[in-house]
Amino acid sequence: MAAAAEVLKLENVTVRFDEKTALDRVNFALDPGETCVILGAAGSGKTILLKTALGLIRPDEGRVILFGKDMTNAEESEWMDARARMGILFQEGGLFDSLTIEENVAYPLVNIDAVECPEEEVLPRVSEALEFVELGHTLEKIPSELSGGMRRRVGIARAVVTRPNLVLYDSPTAGLDPITATTIMALIAKERDTRRTTTALVTQRYQDGHLLANYQWDAANERLAPSNNSAGALNTRFVVLNEGRVVFEGPQAELESSNDEYISNFARRWKD
Amino acid sequence: MVASGKALGDWLKSQIFALQNFVVLSGRAYLNLFRSPHYADDVALQMDTIGVGSLPIVLLTSLSIGATITLQMSRALNQYGASGQVGQIVAISLVRELGPVLTAVAVAGRNASGMASELGSMKVTEQIDAMRALGTDPAQKLVTPRLVATSVTMPLLTILADAIGLVGGYLMAVEMLQLTTSSQYWNSAYQVLEYNDILQGLLKPLIFAQIIALLGCYYGMHTSGGTQGVGRATTQSVVAAIVWVFIINVFIGKFFVNLN
Repeated sequence: MAAAAEVLKLENVTVRFDEKTALDRVNFALDPGETCVILGAAGSGKTILLKTALGLIRPDEGRVILFGKDMTNAEESEWMDARARMGILFQEGGLFDSLTIEENVAYPLVNIDAVECPEEEVLPRVSEALEFVELGHTLEKIPSELSGGMRRRVGIARAVVTRPNLVLYDSPTAGLDPITATTIMALIAKERDTRRTTTALVTQRYQDGHLLANYQWDAANERLAPSNNSAGALNTRFVVLNEGRVVFEGPQAELESSNDEYISNFARRWKD
Repeated sequence: MVASGKALGDWLKSQIFALQNFVVLSGRAYLNLFRSPHYADDVALQMDTIGVGSLPIVLLTSLSIGATITLQMSRALNQYGASGQVGQIVAISLVRELGPVLTAVAVAGRNASGMASELGSMKVTEQIDAMRALGTDPAQKLVTPRLVATSVTMPLLTILADAIGLVGGYLMAVEMLQLTTSSQYWNSAYQVLEYNDILQGLLKPLIFAQIIALLGCYYGMHTSGGTQGVGRATTQSVVAAIVWVFIINVFIGKFFVNLN
């Protein structure tokens, strides 16, 4: 019964590329409404973890369970149905160069059959998603006309346009200036708090996780505000990956008090 | 010794994996011909890029080759008093061999590289992953339209290349060297060609089209290593496509010779 309640569960998942083990017996679960921040150095397997959860990479060993269904040996069509309930923001946005912003954001509505979006609803939903990321005026533009931060925001609009239950973000702030990075994180918190979506965020920046754990979207004032939750963490869990292995899983306070140099380094570097 | 044996084993393994991946991608590209959705707009766009886009280089090459064959053969033909047969030589050379092969080389250089770099860029910027994640089979959307477009345009380009090559031969033989008369040139060129030659001249570009499109797409879809990887994939696709065009050309030629 417990397994059915989990939105995403990886059981002893191992992924290998030739001789290299990218993920090594990873166990990981996400409950409904939970936020999970996955930290790790470059090459630690963070992106592989997300792509495995999305079915883009098939595990060599272990099981992937999505929305209570074992997807380990699922056909691509079954994955398509599951992906209709998931949103993904790729590291560089993953926008299609040759399509307009409108076509990019409409892509999952038009191409994923399980989304079942009537044709007349496509444009209103695309506009709504772009307004959500405050880019409603960019419909006719192409990705190369936008800045890196704007492309990331369009990527968020495309990830949430299907109103998914689970959204996966792959290094959404990588390579962005601090102000733009905060804007992106505010949008992620806005999506999480207004639509109650389960969120998995992969990042190298501890401050991104800190922000999600301690701030929430204030809809009345249209900005981020410190959480009123006395526990300090908005149902947020931290996972740390090192060389394909989960080396830490727990709340923020536990991570900050860890004696392990690799684990505590994320928080220490930020505080310094 | 052990180390070199292991290196050889690893190399063999990687080649077998590469072949396996190529066969899987090709199989999916052909199966997608019978599966929905069909991306007619993408096919039309690719036909424009591959067909119309390659026209200038293909026509220029064939015009030059037709003229050059005539020029090089003129002395030998004069020596034997057979200068009136120049139309036959140009027609057979072009329709059987040079038209299909040179068109394939020009298209490989221009379009296999284009496919590999375009798909390679999409791969390294995660657009292909995004495509899969957002409900589209990348082989269906990217590979099959390129395969269909190349298969349609290559024979057409070859027909045009043959025709323009004959014009090049005519200009050199009749207008510049006065080797023969206009009617004799065209008559001898027309009469020497048999159905077998026409069939060979059309079958070759169709087979070469499969090689060029599938190798271009394969190297693009399996690009890794960022922008440097895109450059590497582009070079590999052109080299592999041209090498296989030449290899397959020998076997097709041998098949038709045996048929005679």
